[in-house]
Amino acid sequence: MCTTCGCSVGQARINGKPIESQQHPDKPLRFRPHTTQYFPTSATANSLEMLDFGTGITEMHASGMSQARMIKIERDILDKNNEYAARNRRRLAERGIFALNLVSSPGSGKTTLLVNTIQKLRDHFSIAVIEGDQQTDHDAARIRATGVPAIQINTGKGCHLDARMVAHAIEQLPLQDNSLLLIENVGNLVCPSNFDLGEAHKVVILSVTEGEDKPLKYPDMFHVADLMLLNKCDLLPYLSFDTELTIDYAHRIHPGLPVISLSATQGTGMHTWCDWIRTQCRRAAIASETHHNHSVTFESI
Amino acid sequence: MHELSLAENLLQIIEDAAHEQQFTQVRTVFLEIGQLTCVEPESLRFYFEIVTKDSVAQHAKLEIIEIAGQALCKQCQQHLLIATYYQTCSYCGSYEIKITQGEEMRIKELEVE
Repeated sequence: MCTTCGCSVGQARINGKPIESQQHPDKPLRFRPHTTQYFPTSATANSLEMLDFGTGITEMHASGMSQARMIKIERDILDKNNEYAARNRRRLAERGIFALNLVSSPGSGKTTLLVNTIQKLRDHFSIAVIEGDQQTDHDAARIRATGVPAIQINTGKGCHLDARMVAHAIEQLPLQDNSLLLIENVGNLVCPSNFDLGEAHKVVILSVTEGEDKPLKYPDMFHVADLMLLNKCDLLPYLSFDTELTIDYAHRIHPGLPVISLSATQGTGMHTWCDWIRTQCRRAAIASETHHNHSVTFESI
Repeated sequence: MHELSLAENLLQIIEDAAHEQQFTQVRTVFLEIGQLTCVEPESLRFYFEIVTKDSVAQHAKLEIIEIAGQALCKQCQQHLLIATYYQTCSYCGSYEIKITQGEEMRIKELEVE
């Protein structure tokens, strides 16, 4: 921790100890707490015969004497991603397409869940899937085997899908109006939490073969999710997994987070999950219809 | 790992600004990173150095201003400082808190020439 201002330099720990920042000096507090050595912004700082107009950003009293200048940016680092996400969301909403972003660690059973969800819902409405993985199109092939269109995004070294990738996939997929779009993110409980894709909801999936404390270990994902699915519940009799404790942990991160316990392979709880999707899809379709009616009315005026 | 994406996004914003504001060298980049974001400042510095090679931001210094996590307790309406999402209200022990600060990932300003 910084001894001057009390700020910490990050939360990465090795054996519980913070990693020393090489950027953080024991220097008197300036306006910006993390600043180490500033480039001289006025004439020069070293000569005794020179007036020092300040060596720091905050002490740039000699504007005009230096080539350096400050430019206000005030932008979110993920502005570009957020713009794409907003555009995706608008396009999907206009067409009544209900999109879910499914996030979890690898091996939680996302693809099996998708396959079985598709089988239960395909007679109700049109479905399309975007699959995200670092490599291979195995998952998209599994989805296509059910008969619904699927597009595989390989992120290469990337650890998450971003909104631009999804925008491209949306353009290429044969999406029907008033349909369901399922986006299976890269198996990773950390990075996908930062990247809005334009989905209606993030759904986090946790399987009972994982630890109860996953929500505490990976709080960001559980914080941003709107629904949690507890998968592989058919295995509970063989495990010492404490369901109540897990839900309690999830609620510490996200009070009120709805949880559905299910087994994608055995079908337990699947009707609750599918009912939830059906309700949300209908809402998306109605909202889109209302939007279009308003647009027509507005245009006819 | 996503710090690499963040560094790339950062560079893109800087390059857009370089084009608009006509500067050729960035000396310092001032960022605000909230304590509750899953961004590791040291990792971001590491990737920033890599992605800015041969760009206007080569050798630019990354000044990360950490923004403390703050929340409002929905139960007792007190404002409190938090370091994690699962922190309870220090006044009444409730988990029902609303984050008011600490999720920022903003590029504030650039020192350029």
